[in-house]
This record gives sequence, C-alpha cells and structure tokens, in this order.
Amino acid sequence: MQGKGTAVCLPADIDTDVVIAGRYLRTKDRSIWATHVFEDLDPSLAARLKGSVIVAGKNFGCGSSREQAAIAIREAGVVAIIAPSFARIFFRNAINIGLPLIESDLTCKEGSTVVFDLSQGWVETEGKRHTIRPLSPRMSEILTAGGLVEYWRAHR
Amino acid sequence: MSTLSERILGAAAGEYVDRKVDRAYAHDGTGVLALEAWNAMGGDRLGKDSDYYIQFDHIAPANNSTTATLQHELREFAKRSFMHFSDIGCGICHQLMSEGIVLPGEIVVGADSHSVTPGAFGAFATGVGATDMAAIWLTGETWFRVPESVGVNLTGRFTGAAEAKDLALTYVEKLGMDGATYRALEFVGESARNLSIDERLVLSNLSVEAGAKAGLFYADDVTVRYLKERGHDVAPQVPESCTYRQELDIDLADVVPLVAMPHRVDTVKPVEALAGLPLDQVFVGTCTNGRYSDLARFARLVKGRKVAVRTIVIPASAAILEKAIRTGVLADIAEAGCTLGTPGCGPCLGYHMGVLGEGEVCLSTANRNFKNRMGVGGEIYLGSVATAAASALKGEITSPEAA
Ligand code: SF4
Repeated sequence: MQGKGTAVCLPADIDTDVVIAGRYLRTKDRSIWATHVFEDLDPSLAARLKGSVIVAGKNFGCGSSREQAAIAIREAGVVAIIAPSFARIFFRNAINIGLPLIESDLTCKEGSTVVFDLSQGWVETEGKRHTIRPLSPRMSEILTAGGLVEYWRAHR
Repeated sequence: MSTLSERILGAAAGEYVDRKVDRAYAHDGTGVLALEAWNAMGGDRLGKDSDYYIQFDHIAPANNSTTATLQHELREFAKRSFMHFSDIGCGICHQLMSEGIVLPGEIVVGADSHSVTPGAFGAFATGVGATDMAAIWLTGETWFRVPESVGVNLTGRFTGAAEAKDLALTYVEKLGMDGATYRALEFVGESARNLSIDERLVLSNLSVEAGAKAGLFYADDVTVRYLKERGHDVAPQVPESCTYRQELDIDLADVVPLVAMPHRVDTVKPVEALAGLPLDQVFVGTCTNGRYSDLARFARLVKGRKVAVRTIVIPASAAILEKAIRTGVLADIAEAGCTLGTPGCGPCLGYHMGVLGEGEVCLSTANRNFKNRMGVGGEIYLGSVATAAASALKGEITSPEAA
C-alpha cells in the first residue's frame, strides 16, 4: 500500500477526547465528526486536513476507545498518521477502518511532502528515506482489505 | 516460566494469537457504532460459545431524543440477538462484569478503554473499539499480540489517609501516560494480596491511563471468597516465577494523598500542595471510585456535616445503590447536602448529569481529566474518595489528612 500527502505536525500524547469531543459522539452522521475533528486543539485544523499526512509525537490516540476518533480523522481526508508510537486501541481502530498508521520517528516539517510505501516498509520526506516498523501480517491483511468490515465480508 | 498474561493467552510475549473470547461487552456509546459495523459485515447470528453483554451506562437515562432513538435500536438488537442486556440504572459495564461475572483465567474483551478493570480477578481483560467488537459478535474470537509485562511489586501498608486511588495515581505518574503501552501490568507482592477486591479494581482500572493493555492480579483467597459469595467456586492462581520486562517497586507506606492536575493523569501533586484551590463541584462515582466501600467511606467522613460546594454522588451499580440504601450510607450522603444520580457514568464523559461550565473547577474521583472531557472549559482534578470528602466539606481542595 502506497500513499502521499502534505505533512501536518501535531504534538505528543494526543488523546481521543481532543480528536473528537464526547459532545459530538451521539450521532451516526460522520460528517459531524469530520467537521469537529481536533476542535479543542485547534478549531482551524479540520479545514486543513484534506490530503494531509499527520506527523505526530509519541502516544497518539491515547485515552478512550471511541472509534469515532479514527473515523473523524479519515473522514476529514487524512491519508495516514505517522508517530513514534500509538495507543493500542487507537492503533487497532484505525487499521480496522482502513486508515494507515506508520510507526516512525520522523521529524515533522509542516507542509512538506510525505510519501510512503507500507508493503516495502519505508517513508520518505525532505529527500530522506526512513525504514518503518512493518505491520503484523493480520493487520496488513485487514488494511489491504480496506478495513475489518471488508475483511470479514470477504472471509465468511 | 510465564507471566499471567502469557498463561491465559497460552503463548509467549510478542506472539500473535487468535483466541476465543469468553465474555464480550459493549455499552450504549460504543454499541451503537458496533451495531453499524455488524450490519455492514452482514452479521446475522452471534458467534458460538461466548457470552455477550450490552450495558447502558454512558448516557443513562437518555438525555434527549437522538440518544433515546439510538439506544432504542441497540436495545432491540440486544434482545433480538439474545445478549445479556442491562438497561439504564443497572450500572457501569465494568462494575457489572465485576459483580460475579468475570472469573479467573478468562479472556474478556470490552468495547471501552477501561475494560482492563476486571483484570482484578485474574482474567485477561482488555479494551477494543467498535468494529473489533462487531467482529467478536460475529466470530466469538479476536487476535491478540501477547504483551510483555510490567511487574508492579507492592509492599508495606497504607498510612494516614492514603488509599488505593492514591496508589494508582502513584504508579501512573511513575510509568507516565504511555509508559506501559502494548504491555500488561501485573500487580504482585505481599501487599497486592492484602488488598480488597474493591481496591484491586481501582488499580486495574487505572492501568490504561499508563497505556497498558491489561492490569492483572492473581486470583487468591480474597478473590475466591468474593466469587464464592456470588455463587462461583474457583481455584486460586499460583504465580510462577517469571521475568518481567520492567519492574516497579512501590511501598504503600510511601503513598500520600495525591491529585492529578488538569489535563494529564500522569501529572500529580500531593493534595497539600493545592490546598485552598476553590472548587465549583465535587464528583464521587465512576468505574474507578463508585463502589460501596467508596460511598461508605465518603459517608463516614461527611456524616452530620454539610458540604460547602455542589457535590454529586453516583453509585456505580444498582447493587451498590441498594446496599447503600439498606445500610443508611445513602441517607448520610443525602443529609450532608449531596445530589444523587442514577447508577452509571454520570458526568464522567461530559454528556449529562453534572457537566462543567466554562472555567469551572471540579475535584473528581474518576480516572481521566483530559481537556474539556467533563464540559467545555472545565478543569478536572482527580483524587481519592477521602480527598473528595474533605474538599467537599470546605469547598476547596483539602487534604484528607488536614480534615
Ligand atoms: S465511568 Fe467514566 S471512565 Fe468509567 S466507563 Fe463510564 S465514562 Fe468511562
């Protein structure tokens, strides 16, 4: 799986309450989540996410298990998230909805182009190529299928 | 020799395994999304040989018609598919699973991050998101990466007003909020065995605040007795000597009353350092500190006096509520001027029944104080039940040792 986007830099320890606040959860309307994503961090961020690759600090997605956090980010048009580490439930959730996560210690430069190839295991930015930790075989299968719903549709 | 997680999952740390889930649970928040995913997967009947539960606790009772409609769909689904269903007022999912349902050695998965809580019974209990839960409904199974473990070695006894919550904040501070990511905590040592089930539940509950995948105690005589009273005959688990990836030694005698500062659970200060900070609200409850022993301790401290700030007390389950009524604990709390809520999460996740206004400050016995969690612009300090009682009586953060 390959992808490309413009880097948006975020700090460490982004929790899922900040990704999408509890007050927006009680709906099935996904566009609401996309509109209010990261609102409590920076209200102007949602509008800048289309076609972006989020490059964040460690422990991205900690806290609540709310899958709406991963959905909100994907629905806002984010191509992938790169961070040195992710909270484990967020990791599963993102892969389960088909949003690629990349574990890498990349230095973020806002607006730079980020290219990645998950099957070959690298991410490239600012003319430098970094190797990344591969996903487990099961997670790659789920991601390649487009998410866990699609995976189970194909595997039953 | 294996860690408890390795024993229960039947493989060595680092391996990926597919395992039958003994018990799977979801609540009104995550259940709605899981049901959507289930429908999209073409779900028809539940996977065999697992027990499935849905508990309504997050917005209970429903706060508006949108919520009520979503809950109605999920309620109908739970009944139609023969899940164990607990409606509003029964209590918080983690507490219900801890009242004689989860047993030692089981694999338990909940669609909520605090599903680490029943690890207190020697089960491997962990949280997942909604789509993972839908897949478990479908197959009764899921995959795990067997975690490395951190041994949290407990010695000594509490002194002064320190309690399990202060101990939990102590280890979260030491590990940091991602210090145990992808790992399990195992609470061991002579003092782990001296802790009551209620105290163990507090320690297991907070383990996810250090990023952990699970927080386990070995089932021992205390566990066996607790489950016996609830109709189960179980055997204790005998620890094997094993190698932990990391070890943390805590002497309970060194634990002092603490508060976690807004907006991070791992940033703590002694309560004393914040003494005098004015409060707008005190909240006692949640899957961390809403158990009978918590309410009884709170009642003992406020009995015959009046709270000086609005104080909300919410029992974690109907069983706790009933016991607190029978023993008079609830009367003491009401007479002290506290407001009572329906068993459930209350304002913990910022939806209803006591959310904060802009600039308001709350001392809460919950487990999480992220920005805006309990209401936009509100500030949450986390502390113990004794700290909540002392602070409620003065209307400002107060050390339980000064009271
Ligand atoms: S009480 Fe709070 S932390 Fe516990 S399950 Fe409910 S919302 Fe989550």
